[in-house]
Amino acid sequence: MSANGYSADEIMAVEAARRLEDGTVCFVGIGLPSLAANLARRTHAPGCVLIYESGTIGAKPERLPLSIGDGELAETADAVVSVPEMFAYWLQGERIDVGFLSAAQIDRHGNLNSTVIGEYTSPKVRLPGGGGAPEIATGARDVFVLLRQTPRAFVERLDFTTSLGDRVRVVVTDLGILEPRDGELTLVATHPGVNTVEVRAATGWDLRVAADLATTTPPTEQELAVLRGLGTKSAA
Amino acid sequence: MIAPLRDAIQRFVRDGDTVALEGFTHLIPHAAGHELIRQERRDLTLVRMTPDLVYDQLIGMGCARKLVFSWGGNPGVGSLHRLRDAVEHGWPRPLELEEHSHAGMAAAYAAGAANLPFGVLRGYRGGDLPARTRVARVTCPFTGEELAAVGAHRPDVGIVHAQQADRRGNVQLWGIAGVQKETVLAAKHAIATVEEVVDELTLVPGGVVLPHWVLDAVAVARGGAHPSYAHGYYDRDNAFYVVWDEISRDRERFQEWMRRHVLETQDVTQYHERLAAETAAA
Repeated sequence: MSANGYSADEIMAVEAARRLEDGTVCFVGIGLPSLAANLARRTHAPGCVLIYESGTIGAKPERLPLSIGDGELAETADAVVSVPEMFAYWLQGERIDVGFLSAAQIDRHGNLNSTVIGEYTSPKVRLPGGGGAPEIATGARDVFVLLRQTPRAFVERLDFTTSLGDRVRVVVTDLGILEPRDGELTLVATHPGVNTVEVRAATGWDLRVAADLATTTPPTEQELAVLRGLGTKSAA
Repeated sequence: MIAPLRDAIQRFVRDGDTVALEGFTHLIPHAAGHELIRQERRDLTLVRMTPDLVYDQLIGMGCARKLVFSWGGNPGVGSLHRLRDAVEHGWPRPLELEEHSHAGMAAAYAAGAANLPFGVLRGYRGGDLPARTRVARVTCPFTGEELAAVGAHRPDVGIVHAQQADRRGNVQLWGIAGVQKETVLAAKHAIATVEEVVDELTLVPGGVVLPHWVLDAVAVARGGAHPSYAHGYYDRDNAFYVVWDEISRDRERFQEWMRRHVLETQDVTQYHERLAAETAAA
């Protein structure tokens, strides 16, 4: 929780949500993307369509799910389709406006690594793997990346390229907003109270800063109230 | 047709087989996986889009030689520690990986079900994965577009969990249906475990029906998806996924847990009795 009364996760979810329009069709994962898309749906974008890769289209969960396959997603969905159909007809069929991704590492071009740290054949850390990411990255119209900014995550060179950054339109971090400008992720805004020195120190490459650098608007009371009301399904 | 799970596994799964126990976040066939462990199957090639706890258990108990997968984690929690230990340290034995994307795995199952040699998709473009897996490029004969080809999945045995069977062995599952229909139809032999047997199936909107003649065996395994869930029967045991993170971190604690809950129990009923007794004692 910052001195301003909101957490890093909350401002990340809010900034991502603000970028979703009414009617935007989102391919969401668990955690922050789910929080962001549900916030948008309950505030300015009630027609925002949430698709979880487990096959639920138009899910309207009351509480945030712990898994992309929670029963509530299926119960509240407009349609439930099989996984082959999801990837072939809906994602490859170019029905998705925004795909959310995260990763262990990102480079200056928005390429992501969620496969291994270290060598592929003798990894230091074997990560879960790409899952839906490779085709979300090339199949969704726009890709939003949500990732906390640290030198370990924002690296000069990925250990493994799991997905391509060609369609990454924005990277929302706990420190600010990066967007591709002239083929390279550039800091275009910082969150209130964050300065560019901090952001550059949290980046493993020589981060460009936009000349028209902006400051994000803090989460409103309404946004925070909705976010906190969503909560997360208790793990207990 | 309707047989004890023990007999079905004994009859249809051999050491060295390629086995797919599917379930995409729902209806995960845990009871069948436990039976493979009890019967000490070895050198299996395990196929699954989202290997989670039951594959962590199979790998940690030394049943697997190879894993074909697209996302291997503990959903909403983190890593699979037994999978990591096998890949990072070769414990209890080295594990060969064939890694795909979800879209690639789904296309490979669909091709298998359709009796095609490969699936086609717009995928595996760029990045480092194509060089590390079994994928090829094909050219569309009509447009000249280059596409990815993935070899069809044709597992020796496909295993799924469902809500219901009727007395003849027709099976119905509903809710999130994942890739189970494709798994059954792609496999040389197919086994379904079910929550219950009913006199007659009532078709559920969006339900998937597997006629008895595409299945080799149907076995009753009440609670057989735990800690996953069975839509309409019981919820996901979210707390167990969190606890598994601790149990599976340590080799000895893992082995002790497996001994108590799987090796020392005879079936899914005893497994649940043991869990219930521990919860009551806690």
